[in-house]
Amino acid sequence: MIELRVNGETHQLDIDPQMPLLWALREHVGLTGTKYGCGIAQCGACTVHLGGAAIRSCSLPVSAAVGQDITTIEGLPDGPQGAVGQAVQQAWQDLDVVQCGFCQSGQIMQATALLATNPEPDDAAIDADMAGNICRCATYARIRKAIHKAAQALA
Amino acid sequence: MSTPKIVNLSPAAATAATTDTVDRGRRSFLKTSAGAAAGLTLGVWLPARGQMAGAGRVAGPGMAGGEPAAAGDFAPNAFVRIGTDDSVTVVCKHLEMGQGTFTGLPTLVAEELDARWEQVQPVGAPVDNARYNNLFWGQVQGTGGSTAIANAYEQMRRAGAAARGMLVGAAAEQWQVPAAEITVVDGVVSHPKSGRSAGFGELAEAAAAQPVPEAPTLKDPSAFKLIGKAFLPRKDSKAKCTGVAQFTQDVRLPGMLTACVAHPPLFGAKVRGFDDSAARAVPGVEQVVQIPSGVAVLAYDFWSAQQGRDALTVDWDESGAFTQGSAEILADYRKLAERPGKPVTSIGDAEQALAGAETVIEAEYSVPFLAHAAMETMDCVITPDAGGGVRVINGEQFQTIDQQAVAGVLGLEPSQVRIEMLYAGGSFGRRANPQSDYLVEAAHIFKAAGGKTPVKLIWTREDDTRAGFYRPLYLHRLKAGLDASGKPVAWQHRIVGQSIITGTAFEPALVVDGVDQTSVEGAKEIPYAIPNQAVDLHSPQLPVTVQWWRAVGSTHTAFAVECMLDELAAAAGKDPVDFRVTLMGEHPRERDVLKLAAQRGGWYDPPLPDGRGRGIAVHKSFGSYVAMVAEVTLDGDDGFSVDRVVIAVDCGTVVNPDVVVAQMEGGMGFGLSAALMSEITLVDGAVQQSNFDDYLVLRMDRMPAVEVHLVPSTEAPTGVGEPATPVIAPAVANALAAATGRRFHRLPLKRAA
Repeated sequence: MIELRVNGETHQLDIDPQMPLLWALREHVGLTGTKYGCGIAQCGACTVHLGGAAIRSCSLPVSAAVGQDITTIEGLPDGPQGAVGQAVQQAWQDLDVVQCGFCQSGQIMQATALLATNPEPDDAAIDADMAGNICRCATYARIRKAIHKAAQALA
Repeated sequence: MSTPKIVNLSPAAATAATTDTVDRGRRSFLKTSAGAAAGLTLGVWLPARGQMAGAGRVAGPGMAGGEPAAAGDFAPNAFVRIGTDDSVTVVCKHLEMGQGTFTGLPTLVAEELDARWEQVQPVGAPVDNARYNNLFWGQVQGTGGSTAIANAYEQMRRAGAAARGMLVGAAAEQWQVPAAEITVVDGVVSHPKSGRSAGFGELAEAAAAQPVPEAPTLKDPSAFKLIGKAFLPRKDSKAKCTGVAQFTQDVRLPGMLTACVAHPPLFGAKVRGFDDSAARAVPGVEQVVQIPSGVAVLAYDFWSAQQGRDALTVDWDESGAFTQGSAEILADYRKLAERPGKPVTSIGDAEQALAGAETVIEAEYSVPFLAHAAMETMDCVITPDAGGGVRVINGEQFQTIDQQAVAGVLGLEPSQVRIEMLYAGGSFGRRANPQSDYLVEAAHIFKAAGGKTPVKLIWTREDDTRAGFYRPLYLHRLKAGLDASGKPVAWQHRIVGQSIITGTAFEPALVVDGVDQTSVEGAKEIPYAIPNQAVDLHSPQLPVTVQWWRAVGSTHTAFAVECMLDELAAAAGKDPVDFRVTLMGEHPRERDVLKLAAQRGGWYDPPLPDGRGRGIAVHKSFGSYVAMVAEVTLDGDDGFSVDRVVIAVDCGTVVNPDVVVAQMEGGMGFGLSAALMSEITLVDGAVQQSNFDDYLVLRMDRMPAVEVHLVPSTEAPTGVGEPATPVIAPAVANALAAATGRRFHRLPLKRAA
């Protein structure tokens, strides 16, 4: 049995301990806001928070997440980084960042983790931190703007 | 794309309201039987066939199927439903894959209906070729060619205007006042003289009894309140920011098995045999089945299916496989380019004019195979439906073609294949596959697994990258002549590359006199007045599967033509903008976007310092005109960055300016991947790339600052999803030439020789 604490709730899962956290979340906890994009930590669509840090859930065995607080996009607004997360989600909507939307859960999780540690990132800091999250619709210009907007809202 | 001819299309029967396994309706229509709302189904300008959309199940993003209309709801036509709860539901016939259709189509309805934007919600249309066809494609339902707004512009406005007319009629009758005295503003119907007013919901039931206006009057553009409004929030924004938007990958049905497939390692390889003992030993694996495209492992979850797939030992018969590499293909194309191909354009006598030219410039341009690499890999759900049919659930882009293909595999009538359209996590052309490849694969797996179990096919990123259906590799050879004054007198353009159309249902419409029109779009007619022109085409056939990729032929023709124009300007000693403008007398819209981009992009500012360069390009595609100025900075011995891109676009009437801006930003960014880093290469027939670590795409750190300028226009609206994509590569290549003093002829652009 794997015991996972996700968005403040505890789940007992009878699954392979080697299963990536991503698939445990999506198919066994039932939280599908976190997406599969590459499976090798190259695209960031699977980004969640583990103990407050943004990690790629596609490449972390679920056993490694046991005993830590996991936050997914579904639990972001009410989680430990709720205030930052809400500001990021609001800025994303104010600027209509999304296009196809598939990568955006991961982008928002990554951006929230960035602002939680660096409340006023400049473009270079944003580029460096967000470069692991691919958006094939190339909404990057708006993501940059939205991160600045969220930072201002939180200041 | 123009109208394709598709044979054997039977009109789809109206869908019935039955299953609701994954329903997550966002509003509260009362459950009712499919026939209950039949009294409200009124044929307007579309042929009335059975029930209208309101009575059938309507699929939609975030819902994987909608709710039947309730008694009292008002469904005046196939596109609009007004609920007694005051909701306005707009049935969208085009896929939302990021390009904004689920915002744009409702904008058109809401404008003429005078609805409040907040009360309007989009849902996806079911498959129904008669009602939801793309008006530019005959009786074919599908999304592509940047046609969503262009083909539906009047259709959706009429749908809104008709509904408005019926609401007004109902109010006039109830209030016993002349209809002409009634106003509709922001979702409220009012009679100012008597002070009476009502919301749409209150009038819905009575409106349904009103006669359908045969020719509803449309607003004069000067009266538009929503069309052209600077910012109208996207309808899919919140769901996509909170993780609740439903994609195919997210669908889970009771008893569903997930499938992973071992695909051939080479194009043309086949399964000779396989050993599945290790695969079957993986916990969770339920079945292993052979299908035409490989061997599928079905399991209770994705992880088990993938583990099982990876544990298969497949004996591949590679005797008939394609074993050439990209380098050999290119060498073959070079040989082909030595002799004339099928004539495409012939004006004057290019050969003779070249012979008499003062200066002759020759250049060869080439582009590689490209994968679409949408963030959501190809995936599809198939599940048994009532009456022996099936439900297909996916980010559906090609309803008519896919319905026939799936029906063919399963031995069903097309009408027995219901298709529910979810959001697509990108497509860039991939989900509009003329062979319905991944849907056909899903259907084979469903069938081989017994046809009773819901199946979800998910491709891994590696499957997706290696599966073919690429933008083809192309070679362009150009030769042009200038007279003594530097004026171009001859233009010879030879194009070599696979046809994406031959062998598909689109062939009768799109291959004309042996010339695939998509191979030559953007080169067949150039906006430059050159008195002698000859364009011809070779379409060699290869087993590498190919397909349209965002902006299609223009992805390579714009690169060749616009770089060559710059080479001619340089040879003539002229400024690239001035040189183009003097040749564009008969193409004022291209000329005007070019000038606008130049003005806003700092073209006439003082020259950039050493190590930096500015480049420009202009191109028309999908009816729209786009020009870009790109600025680059050289970095070290062989690096460079694209710092800033200024875009001017003329796409006729702009429905949602912010969506157009977003498509320009994103379309440019998509093209920038191809300009800077993306490349599928073959060695001995094997695709060398597999995932985002070796199939490189644009990331945040290389996204330039971008600025978009819209040309005000009252012309009919034209495409915006694709036209920005092809313009960036030549703009950057020309900027790089300006910065380095040498020309660049290959994509992706590399400074190192």
